[in-house]
Amino acid sequence: MIEGLLGKKLGMTQIFDEQGETVPVTVLQVGPCVVTQVLTAERNGYRAVQLGFGHKKRLNEPEKGHLKASGAQSRFLREMKIVDDADEYAVGQTLDAGLFAVGEVVDVTGTSKGKGFTGVVKRHGFRGGPKTHGQSDRLRAPGSIGATSTPGRVFKGQRMAGRSGADRITVQNLKVVRVDPERNVLLVQGSVPGPNEGLLLVRKAIKARQRAAAGARRAR
Amino acid sequence: MVDIIRSIEREQMRGDIPDFRAGDTVRALVKVVEGNRERTQAFEGVVIRRRSGGINENFTIRRISANGVGVERTFPIHSPRLERIEVVRYGKVRRAKLYYLRGLTGRAARIKERRPKGMLTRKQLAQQAAQQAATAPVVTMEPAAEE
Repeated sequence: MIEGLLGKKLGMTQIFDEQGETVPVTVLQVGPCVVTQVLTAERNGYRAVQLGFGHKKRLNEPEKGHLKASGAQSRFLREMKIVDDADEYAVGQTLDAGLFAVGEVVDVTGTSKGKGFTGVVKRHGFRGGPKTHGQSDRLRAPGSIGATSTPGRVFKGQRMAGRSGADRITVQNLKVVRVDPERNVLLVQGSVPGPNEGLLLVRKAIKARQRAAAGARRAR
Repeated sequence: MVDIIRSIEREQMRGDIPDFRAGDTVRALVKVVEGNRERTQAFEGVVIRRRSGGINENFTIRRISANGVGVERTFPIHSPRLERIEVVRYGKVRRAKLYYLRGLTGRAARIKERRPKGMLTRKQLAQQAAQQAATAPVVTMEPAAEE
């Protein structure tokens, strides 16, 4: 079976569960994904499937050549591992949100929203300085960045202001609340990184998979 | 793409919400689960606000409890836990959010009655009911729908 699929974030809303409780959910469009390449252990050293997602109006010549076998015209191409031998994948095959089931947990990876140049309070969660007691210009200041002539320099990796956001972020163990394979829509509880319409990798939760594997080993 | 979210929200919204606004007195019938049995509990009071929209829309009811303490409860309008919302009285107010009621008690916290278009007054309703009592024994106190 394949590890996960490509998708995009549509936005957030809330739904009511069976108890009538409000559940905050993110609506994801997951798939349809086209298999554009199959990577094998013999040829590539590992087993994976390259998936295509979305639509690109114009492909350049190398892209055309690469996608010829699958007949896809995908905007995004990403690899997904094959985690067990249950299924065979062929180039040109289409995969949809039916891969996921309600109650399952997934990991969602995306690129977080870019924040631009930010100070140390927003970027690293520094506390800043006091607002009162005779302070001036200290409210959001970083404080000391090192000692004096020993070592006489600022250590590498010292957290300072700078560009933040637009990082690759994975949110683990989000519960799947609803699956709509017809529209390829997935509802997960909680928030996912990135803006609406942003590309996401939706994978079956690694921790749940490891737990299941450990359980299977113990049974044997 | 927003359409998908809209359609998910629309599935959950209910069509049986009466027309009410801040200042109206309503009775919310709330489903309460006790162990494994379910019963309905009424919470009646003045609506002090209605906020947000779509599936997120909610409203707050304020009532003065038996020991004179103000109690406020907020419900999502489309919550399946609400069995029903009944409008008891329409109130005339000049504000959308009646937070000022929190500072008032007793006679000062009264709200003038409003009569929505096309609706009969309580007096007229009472008369009508009295007339009908002779012919039809069952009389509903449901307010007529607004035009």
